[in-house]
Amino acid sequence: MADNKFAAYICSGCGIGDAFKMAALEKVATKEGKMSMVKSHPFLCNAEGVQMIRDDIANEAVTHICIAACSRRAKTEAFNFPTVAMSRANLREGVLWVVAAGAEHDEVRQEMAEDYIRMGCAEIKKMNLPKGNANRDQTRNKSILVVGGGMTGMTAALAAAEAGYEIVLVEKTDALGGFAARLWKRVPFSGPYAAPQATGVAEMAASIGANARIKVHLNTTVAETGGAPGRFKIKLATESGSVSELTVGAIVQASGFTPYDIGKLPELGGGQANVVDQAGLEALAKAANGGAIKRADGKDIKSVVFVQCAGQRDETGTHLPYCSGHCCATSIKQAMYFKDANPEVDTVVMYDDLRVPGMGEDFYRSAQQKGVIFTKGKASKVTGGDSCKVEFADLILDEQTSIDADLVVLATGQVANAGVNLDAWTEVNTLAEGGDEGAKQKRTEMKTISILNLDYRQGPDVPQFKHGFADSHFICFPYETRRTGIYAAGPMRRPMDMLQATEDATGAAMKAIQAVENAAAGRAAHPRAGDLSYPIARLEGCTQCKRCTVECPFGAIDEDEKRFPVFNEERCRRCGTCMGACPVRVISFENYSCDTVGMQVKAVNVPDEDEEKPRILILACENDAYPALDMAGVQRLTYSAYVRAIPVRCLGSVNTIWITDALNQGFDGVMMMGCKKGDDYQCHFVKGSEMAYYRMSKIGDTLTQLGLEPERVVTEEVAITDNARVAKLINDYAAQINDIGLSPMKGFG
Amino acid sequence: MAKKQYAFYPGCSSQKGASASNYITSFGVMCEKLDIQLNEIPDWNCCGASIGYGEGGELPRMVLNARNLAIAEKDLPGQDIVSGCPACWLGLREAVDRLHEHDRLKTETNEALKEVNLTYKGGSKARHMTEVLIEDIGYAGIKAPVVKPLDGLKVAGYVGCQANRPYGIAGESFENPLYLDKMIEAVGAEAVPYEQKAACCGGALAFSEPEKAQAQIRQIVEAAYDNAADLIVTPCPLCQANVEIYQAEINKKHGTKLNMPVLYYSQLITVAYGGSVKEAGLNGQVIRAAKLDKIAGG
Amino acid sequence: MSDLNTQAVARYKNNFLREVEERVEEGNMVKMCMQCGVCAGSCPFGPHWQHSPQKIFMMIRAGKREEVLSSDSMWMCTSCYNCIVRCPRKLPITHIMHGLANYAHRLNLAAKGQPTRDVARLFWNNLMKTGRINELTFSLGLYFKDGFIQGIKNSLAMQAAGLGLLKAKRLNPMEIFGGHKCKEKSGIHRMIAKAREIEDRRRGLA
Repeated sequence: MADNKFAAYICSGCGIGDAFKMAALEKVATKEGKMSMVKSHPFLCNAEGVQMIRDDIANEAVTHICIAACSRRAKTEAFNFPTVAMSRANLREGVLWVVAAGAEHDEVRQEMAEDYIRMGCAEIKKMNLPKGNANRDQTRNKSILVVGGGMTGMTAALAAAEAGYEIVLVEKTDALGGFAARLWKRVPFSGPYAAPQATGVAEMAASIGANARIKVHLNTTVAETGGAPGRFKIKLATESGSVSELTVGAIVQASGFTPYDIGKLPELGGGQANVVDQAGLEALAKAANGGAIKRADGKDIKSVVFVQCAGQRDETGTHLPYCSGHCCATSIKQAMYFKDANPEVDTVVMYDDLRVPGMGEDFYRSAQQKGVIFTKGKASKVTGGDSCKVEFADLILDEQTSIDADLVVLATGQVANAGVNLDAWTEVNTLAEGGDEGAKQKRTEMKTISILNLDYRQGPDVPQFKHGFADSHFICFPYETRRTGIYAAGPMRRPMDMLQATEDATGAAMKAIQAVENAAAGRAAHPRAGDLSYPIARLEGCTQCKRCTVECPFGAIDEDEKRFPVFNEERCRRCGTCMGACPVRVISFENYSCDTVGMQVKAVNVPDEDEEKPRILILACENDAYPALDMAGVQRLTYSAYVRAIPVRCLGSVNTIWITDALNQGFDGVMMMGCKKGDDYQCHFVKGSEMAYYRMSKIGDTLTQLGLEPERVVTEEVAITDNARVAKLINDYAAQINDIGLSPMKGFG
Repeated sequence: MAKKQYAFYPGCSSQKGASASNYITSFGVMCEKLDIQLNEIPDWNCCGASIGYGEGGELPRMVLNARNLAIAEKDLPGQDIVSGCPACWLGLREAVDRLHEHDRLKTETNEALKEVNLTYKGGSKARHMTEVLIEDIGYAGIKAPVVKPLDGLKVAGYVGCQANRPYGIAGESFENPLYLDKMIEAVGAEAVPYEQKAACCGGALAFSEPEKAQAQIRQIVEAAYDNAADLIVTPCPLCQANVEIYQAEINKKHGTKLNMPVLYYSQLITVAYGGSVKEAGLNGQVIRAAKLDKIAGG
Repeated sequence: MSDLNTQAVARYKNNFLREVEERVEEGNMVKMCMQCGVCAGSCPFGPHWQHSPQKIFMMIRAGKREEVLSSDSMWMCTSCYNCIVRCPRKLPITHIMHGLANYAHRLNLAAKGQPTRDVARLFWNNLMKTGRINELTFSLGLYFKDGFIQGIKNSLAMQAAGLGLLKAKRLNPMEIFGGHKCKEKSGIHRMIAKAREIEDRRRGLA
């Protein structure tokens, strides 16, 4: 610590100098913050102000700086000093812009600013400049493994190869093309979106064959995946049983889908003659090779009915509950096969809601122009045979009726090929590890559908979300799975059509490239892309409780033989959920730890009870809640001056010690603000906010034991757009605390 | 300044002694002050209106309108064709558009026109009188000759259907057209908010489905009362007639006391330009507009 | 069944959509309806329709020929054009309704005594007499369309309105003797007869 030199810089611009007593702020930084150098500047983010800081770093050997100015989210380009550790005290968005105007608020406004200075100084005292992953020499492999040789996998391979990366493309069958190769034509993907287009599969396969950067393995599967981004160890198994090993930097999983089994739909004629699924119709169309499509029995087809949502959007719990998205356009395309060959063929598409995303509306209109009839109806029964009959409820004319057809096509949905369901696997695995022989056998059976065969502690495949699709943050990071460096693309991620799958593929390829580059530089992947910090565990204090390994949303932590955690830094996303989980607080980051936050909590000056000024601690997720607080300031919404907000990487990183410290110190309430959890979660670290809610649900008893009301700790879901709501939440909570009364703990801390 | 010349298509209701004769009367002063000269199309015929669809097919209706267009093309070359009646205007415009778009329809039309020794070449421009005022004169131009601003007069601007849909005035919205309100304000009156401004009066179905049409009319009138209007103003003879004439009928059936004057925009303009009760056709009202009569000096 | 109707049934068999496409004004647009129902919600007389335009279009596709052509729905159209300007698929719904009504009328499948059908016929015949509408004879014709006694009743019922117009000089009793007319009356008759002949030939109604 001898070489550390701490400096605080206080900006008086943007009205800060007018609203606050600058001399008092400087005094707080010097006396209480114990900064060895404190400077004020009227315009800190301009060239002159920034140069002043640079000069101090160069000439005065300053190693740690606290900038007391605007939010840490503002002026990040100006306040970019990569060689020193830095904290930011948010005087502008956090105080000036949110505390009500007027002289009667001067005192609380000044108190709030002084506290933020104390907190910024306390934080920087405990921060160190992250040095990056120490093991990065071993993570320099930049090649990309693409699993699956369908449209998605081929597109990803070509895209990444064009960007200059070496590709290993693995396909389990004997040819590239996947499901797309089974199609006669595809739904149009370029203007005027009026007619089916060629799939282009053969051309793509040829260009892959001609690309020196792409190595194709047919009849091959992934037998084992270990390691981490930049150093994945892959075992490839061929049909003949030979196994080869290789190292890759990142993985794109494009394992596609399987059509829902038509045999499960006997009520809609599944299994009967002349009732086919969409794949079956493609086979008939391929056989016709552009001529009139004939039935399997060779007969001409004069009428065909397409039954949409067959075994999809099912509310009874029997079939697929979701919409597969592509099937309406696919049926339109298939109806056109008939109309284009012979306009006299009657084609009826029976739909509930016709869903044709993208430019599909043009395609739909084109089909109407060609005379395809669209009937809004729900089929209740299909009888196959020489003359098929579709019984249905006409939803417009409100009647039960029927229609005859030579052929019926059922639009069944997509079932993801995402591998083993980890929730089920974990249950079986726990039993198996306990010695249960039946479970061991079950585990072996389950693994037969695994795509990646990960040797991770948390199971052999990427975690799934709803209905067997790979989990990802659907808004912000759609291609990211919960296994860093492994990217999902195509219909194993969510149901989609071919155009969406190719877009997915390029997106996933880009992310894979980012991942190998970040790993090679020892930096974090999204959403803290470029972060050089990583979790460091003081193993001598570890009690081998396994909470960190279990709770890590990304499977970044394995266990050694003694059940100590083994951190794979390259798999880590730096959310700190392990830090929040650790009951003995041995996990920390160089610049974010139990101490960096804990000391901020302790730095807050909590007034005595007779001053009647409550203090409320806000722990706000830096991804959504903290920006929302900032935006409340930008919009000049006012909220209580009794709150003190500390940004956290994720609510998952909140260690309960911060809460108990705050309450012991006399804080009257603690608000935790994080992203939405649950089925439509928005947590940027997937499980962080959920973990926080879970942990806090257990804190109630502790509060009661302390003689505190459970309302003294609350958790709120806050979205990034909740500017107005966040101000109201604070004010409502402040009013609630006022009703409950001040904490009895004051003066004991 | 040279007068602006237009081929004029009055339409059946605007003839002398017909239901919109007061409308045409009020064109006199207005056009004079605005230097507009209307040249009546010689021997024009009925447009067929919308209700003509039942017995006349598409082609007979096209041909009726094409005859008027062809006469104007021949006798009043280069002049835009103007009508005060939205149904007449719509009939002409639909014919202009369809004959432009469909060659077959045009060939067939001209085959029928041979019976009256006419040919329609195409390219005519059919306009409503309000279009001429708004586009050729402008709101400022409408305001300029005002000598008696209609201060304090509260007016509900009832655009109705066919003066608004499917063509309407360029740049206006179908759901909330504002041009009539702007015209009302140009002559110094106050345009009150009026949620029924684009509602349907029942049109020709006032004859065949009187109960249903009168329910519409009742809403149209009551909304004007709700917004404290002194009178309703419209650009459409059928709207004017339906909404004015059936109030007595509605009162009789439902015990209401509807007595809301319904006038044409041109009558407001004429009074504002200093026209007399007679010049503005105010004596042609079944329900007299007392406030406007007073301003006009009668 | 009229001869025209018998011929139509024989010609189109079960393909009513094609019949509409070939014989009804703007009928080729019926197939473009996407069943959103905006037309049904936009019609001022919507609540009085037996079948909304949306349903009529679906019925045409479902081949419900008799039901459509005998329906009094399309006779409820006030020609307000609200459906046209709101239709997201830009179907000329007003014109299709007019076309269907006209076709039903031509085949004599439209309901007898349908009041709008009668008014439409009176209107057309009135304008055909002189080339222009004679409001007096048109109104009198309306009152007396259901016979003399009913006519007197109707006239008495509408006496207030009529007198009002008379007093305001907007209904001219002299019009009973002919009134306004086109000079080229007979030419117009020939012209319209020709137009109808051409159209009937094209529509297969000749």
